Amino acid sequence: MIAFILQRLLQSIAVLFAVGLIAFSMFRFAGDPVNQIVGVDTPYAERVAIRKDLGLDDAVAVQFLRYAGNVARGEFGTSYQFRQPVSALLAERMPATLELALCATLFALTVGILMGVYCALRRETWLAKIFLAISLVGISLPTFLIGILLIFLFSVTLGWLPSFGRGDTVRLGWWTTGFLTGSGLRALILPSVTLGLFQMTLIMRLVRAEMLEVLRTDYIRFARARGLTTRSIHLGHALKNTLVPVITIAGLQLGSVIAFSIITETVFQWPGMGLLFVQAVQNVDIPIMAAYLLLVAAIFVVINLVVDVLYTIVDPRLRLSTGRAA
Amino acid sequence: MSASVQDAPLLPPAPAKRSTLARFLDSDVYASFRRSKLAMGAFAVTLVFVLLALAAPWISPQNPYDPAQLELMNSNLPPLWYADGVAPFTLGTDDQGRDVLSAVFYGLRLSLVVGLLGVLVSGTLGILLGLLAGYFGGFVDTLIMRVADVQLTFPAILIALVVDGVAKAALGSQMDTNAAIGLIVLSIGLSFWVQYARTVRSSVLVEKNKDYVQAGRLIGLSSPVIMVRHVLPNVLGPVFVIATINLALAIITEATLSFLGTGLPDSMPSLGTLIRTGNRFLFSGEWWIVAFPGLALAGLVLAINLLGDWLRDALNPKLQ
Amino acid sequence: MTEPVLSVRNLRVAFAGRRGTLTAIDDVSFDIARGEILGVVGESGAGKSVTGSAVIGLIDPPGAIVGGEILLKGTRIDTLSPEAMRRIRGRRIGMIFQDPLTSLNPLYRVGRQIVETVRTHTDLSEKAARQRAIDLLAEVGIPAPERRIDGYPHEFSGGMRQRVVIALALAAEPELIIADEPTTALDVSVQAQIIALLKRLGTERGTSVMLVTHDMGVIAEAADRVAVMYSGRIAEIGPVRDVVQNPLHPYAKGLMGAIPTLAQETDRLAQIPGSMPRLSNIPQGCAFHPRCPSAFARCLVERPDPIPVGAHRVACHIYDRSEASAA
Repeated sequence: MIAFILQRLLQSIAVLFAVGLIAFSMFRFAGDPVNQIVGVDTPYAERVAIRKDLGLDDAVAVQFLRYAGNVARGEFGTSYQFRQPVSALLAERMPATLELALCATLFALTVGILMGVYCALRRETWLAKIFLAISLVGISLPTFLIGILLIFLFSVTLGWLPSFGRGDTVRLGWWTTGFLTGSGLRALILPSVTLGLFQMTLIMRLVRAEMLEVLRTDYIRFARARGLTTRSIHLGHALKNTLVPVITIAGLQLGSVIAFSIITETVFQWPGMGLLFVQAVQNVDIPIMAAYLLLVAAIFVVINLVVDVLYTIVDPRLRLSTGRAA
Repeated sequence: MSASVQDAPLLPPAPAKRSTLARFLDSDVYASFRRSKLAMGAFAVTLVFVLLALAAPWISPQNPYDPAQLELMNSNLPPLWYADGVAPFTLGTDDQGRDVLSAVFYGLRLSLVVGLLGVLVSGTLGILLGLLAGYFGGFVDTLIMRVADVQLTFPAILIALVVDGVAKAALGSQMDTNAAIGLIVLSIGLSFWVQYARTVRSSVLVEKNKDYVQAGRLIGLSSPVIMVRHVLPNVLGPVFVIATINLALAIITEATLSFLGTGLPDSMPSLGTLIRTGNRFLFSGEWWIVAFPGLALAGLVLAINLLGDWLRDALNPKLQ
Repeated sequence: MTEPVLSVRNLRVAFAGRRGTLTAIDDVSFDIARGEILGVVGESGAGKSVTGSAVIGLIDPPGAIVGGEILLKGTRIDTLSPEAMRRIRGRRIGMIFQDPLTSLNPLYRVGRQIVETVRTHTDLSEKAARQRAIDLLAEVGIPAPERRIDGYPHEFSGGMRQRVVIALALAAEPELIIADEPTTALDVSVQAQIIALLKRLGTERGTSVMLVTHDMGVIAEAADRVAVMYSGRIAEIGPVRDVVQNPLHPYAKGLMGAIPTLAQETDRLAQIPGSMPRLSNIPQGCAFHPRCPSAFARCLVERPDPIPVGAHRVACHIYDRSEASAA
């Protein structure tokens, strides 16, 4: 198992290296960084000085190593638009995105699993068919359209929930949380549903398909032949075996949830990293774009690793316990 | 006449004695299409959207891209069935005085063009890279597939945004509309090639060792000839399914990019741009600016998705 | 003679399909006495497994019992409610499936699977149930059961897993065990051990076994009586020695001819020409007549019913003397 994790770790480092290379190339070659710093009327000599100062005349490999070293220390450069360190900007925005992603994932998991199990066990009922139809719509519609629809229903028409922002937040050290205030919690609802809906439909379809598959297996038939109650067969044996692959996929999706929050954050003007990134793309703020890309890559890699490890814990077959095998 | 597997148009080349149309009408795929009401409905809806898009210049009351035809006097008019609605603006106007109905027709046109071009680019790129990876193996294969792996860790929309942002940084943020369309097509092409490449590669790996490819080598056919003439036709079925589903994804991606403000410029609004504009007027009551483009986008994407779903099942009888 | 443990009377099972109803089991009757092993043999599709599933009430839709009755110690069980039937499954009728590799839930320790079965059917405490699980594992011949009880299925070999499966079937001490191809997926050497274990159940615990298999060798080794099935019907049923050494039904004769024995002096194994008809295409009259070397006019039109011939019952017109002489 240690060899397996080591192998995964090496792969992760390779992925980070590749993304780092891309981020660096963006940083270095997309537009002249000097032009981003100086004004139109800066004399040529000063430009050359700045160029030398920034180390832009060094060999590319040297520049990349320097960039990698900076990134490792958490220095991503200075934002062109805000004139602030990118790391500070990201740190300020990160809690909003992570809280949103967490709520969206929880929503997607609970509702998705419940609906999926229902659709698998009560396949022929009209409610199951409605769930399936909803899932098809959920998979087809663009996220921003769903967000707008929800805003139109619950903010504009009914006036129940806020349509933008995080509401009141509480500062806990460097972290700001919306979990501790009523308005913060209310503000989380619509964005979480919007962001989680796609994952929810995915999880629902996955749970349904997987569970139907599991219900056809020999060990479920054997469990029935042993006279176990339907309840313990469905909610014990079948569900546990269904959830193993679902955990993997849902875990891997957490990374996409964070990346997808770009759209949701824009719709709801949610002050997170995604909104920052979109503004950076609009204003060609390369340092923020590069840093965000690296950050998302890092989150993906960590999540992948954690899921791999979790998977081996949940599924005993993957544990290497040769000592007890006959 | 019995519909045997060899008659399906997407499978290995059979002697073409009958016309392609006759063979298609006799195929299992067509029979399955006639059985599925949902597929026929989705096809009809898609067809209607395509026809509207094609006919846009002739059926629209206004050319929404021509600033000379827009009058601010007419801005934010409600649909015709409201008391203060004004003809000919059936579905009302936006903040520039642009007729929403015309903008939807033209927007459909843009969405479909960008979507189809995006699928074309990503498909060509993916098929090419997949053929190369599968046929040559070794270092080429490793390189292409590792790049694909890395790219798969990111959602397509993120990649499209980055490509867009980088290109703007390199080219300067002011560009004409054709360049903007080209850039979006490129972003979409670079975001969606992986699935084609993977599918084509795995099919090539299977086909490569079959007798007919070995025989082709023995009689001295060159590698490109074998790949294009013999291997490629065998992988077109799955590629076609991916392309259909990707068309919906490409349309969504374009709309999302435009909605985020990094896609097509406001002077040439696509459905996504219209929704972005309308979103600003949601609270002031001008719901029609967002509703009709949103409805058109949702309908188009849903219909294409249903069609893709059905096609996947129809071409893969094993899955049922 | 005492009352049989299981009595199946004129059982019919049908599957509703898109193109009409297919009859998988047609008018099957047999008894199993206490401690007896009844072998049920036939080609795949002959209806042996469906018979087993029907007895334990696990015929899944679109299949259903459409006629006859099944009696367990004289009580009808085919008409019970699903809940009542569930209580019988595992408690009074146990079942063993063909593939021990897939019969156990891979995510649960074997001990937990036994304990849950015991506790579903008895009032034993968790601790007592666990002790019982260890006893059961010991009884089916698993070494060091107090340690192996906490193992996962994948940590057991195929033969050991089949022993675990048998322990699970025995968990609530059922009177009858239906063993559906219990040795097919196992190595030959392991097969013999599992057969010995099944035979021991009959002699030591008085458990009856319905042993479903396509392997005549297994039947000859293990069964007391044998029922030969063909196309959803019993062609011949009788004591295993008689049927093996002196089969009466032409199909049974062909089947026995297909067993290699050292004593036989023929160079080639006998083969039955042709193959069993599909359920959708069962011929009129005797289903075997197209392949039967002794078929005559009557076989083409009239379905033979089982008639007693010595210790056997045979469904073949050849042995129907009264009719034959009358005709």
